[in-house]
Amino acid sequence: MRPAAAEKVELDEVDRRIVNDLQGGLPLEARPFAIVGERLGISEGELIRRLRRLLDGGALTRFGPLYNADRMGGAFTLSAMAVPAERFEEVAAIVNSFVEVAHNYERDHALNMWFVIGCEDAARVGAVIAEIEAATGLAVHDFPKEEEYFVEFKVTV
Amino acid sequence: MTGLDDIDRRIIKATTVGLPLESEPYHAVAAEVGVPVDEVVARMTAMLETGVIRRIGAVPNHYRLGVSANGMSVWDVDDAAVSEIGPRVGALDFVTHCYRRPRHLPDWRYNLFAMVHGSSRAEVEAHVAEIRALIGPALRASDILYSKRILKKTGLRLAG
Repeated sequence: MRPAAAEKVELDEVDRRIVNDLQGGLPLEARPFAIVGERLGISEGELIRRLRRLLDGGALTRFGPLYNADRMGGAFTLSAMAVPAERFEEVAAIVNSFVEVAHNYERDHALNMWFVIGCEDAARVGAVIAEIEAATGLAVHDFPKEEEYFVEFKVTV
Repeated sequence: MTGLDDIDRRIIKATTVGLPLESEPYHAVAAEVGVPVDEVVARMTAMLETGVIRRIGAVPNHYRLGVSANGMSVWDVDDAAVSEIGPRVGALDFVTHCYRRPRHLPDWRYNLFAMVHGSSRAEVEAHVAEIRALIGPALRASDILYSKRILKKTGLRLAG
């Protein structure tokens, strides 16, 4: 059984070293876990067992290559709407019904609904925005990225 | 677009859910895709170099690791300074996404977005204070938009 969403997973010292050390840089070698294990002072087998446990316990969402979706030929944008409180659930259902909407968050601002649109075809992004506007009668503010400054994902535990 | 061919796409499809946790994971991918392991390694190396693969390793679940507060910090930064300041904000270890995006005046004045993570709102706010100090005199206004609720979260779909 996985713990409930809000439940914090407890890690021991070795788990922490694994999570902190291995958020990138898995070698492209025949036996990568043996190489990383040596660096961390544990055996290949123990590293694999611990990674399985971290995945099963929900401390990790996945283990493997993290792909950069917009280098794979797709187009993405961040969009926001100011949704009247009394229409919020109805509008959320309309926005979420688009398969192109990957993430949608309620946030505490006049612009209170923020969502990511991802399409295989760049021309489709504008069409999705127009369709959401038509279906909801509300304006969609589009915030496509103009520059990316994000350097590397890293969380220290 | 980075000129991926059919074999690249088969490797991506075989690994988007993750690498097999076994002694020789790339051999397992090669067997699944039906190409020699050297081919898998060469193509994944190339995808790392071109940025199609950002990194290979563990993807932590913030919420389960106690890093459960996140705020979208947004900043109105002088246009002349934003391209110099943005990479320094993006390099902070509590910032996971950092982008320059267009303003929508009068509704939205902010041109720099940085997602900030912490164990509590107090920690997020301490991190935001650090960003404010880093931006310095180029800063005109800022805000933090906390997420109140996840309305939808599905993976981005792979083209092809």
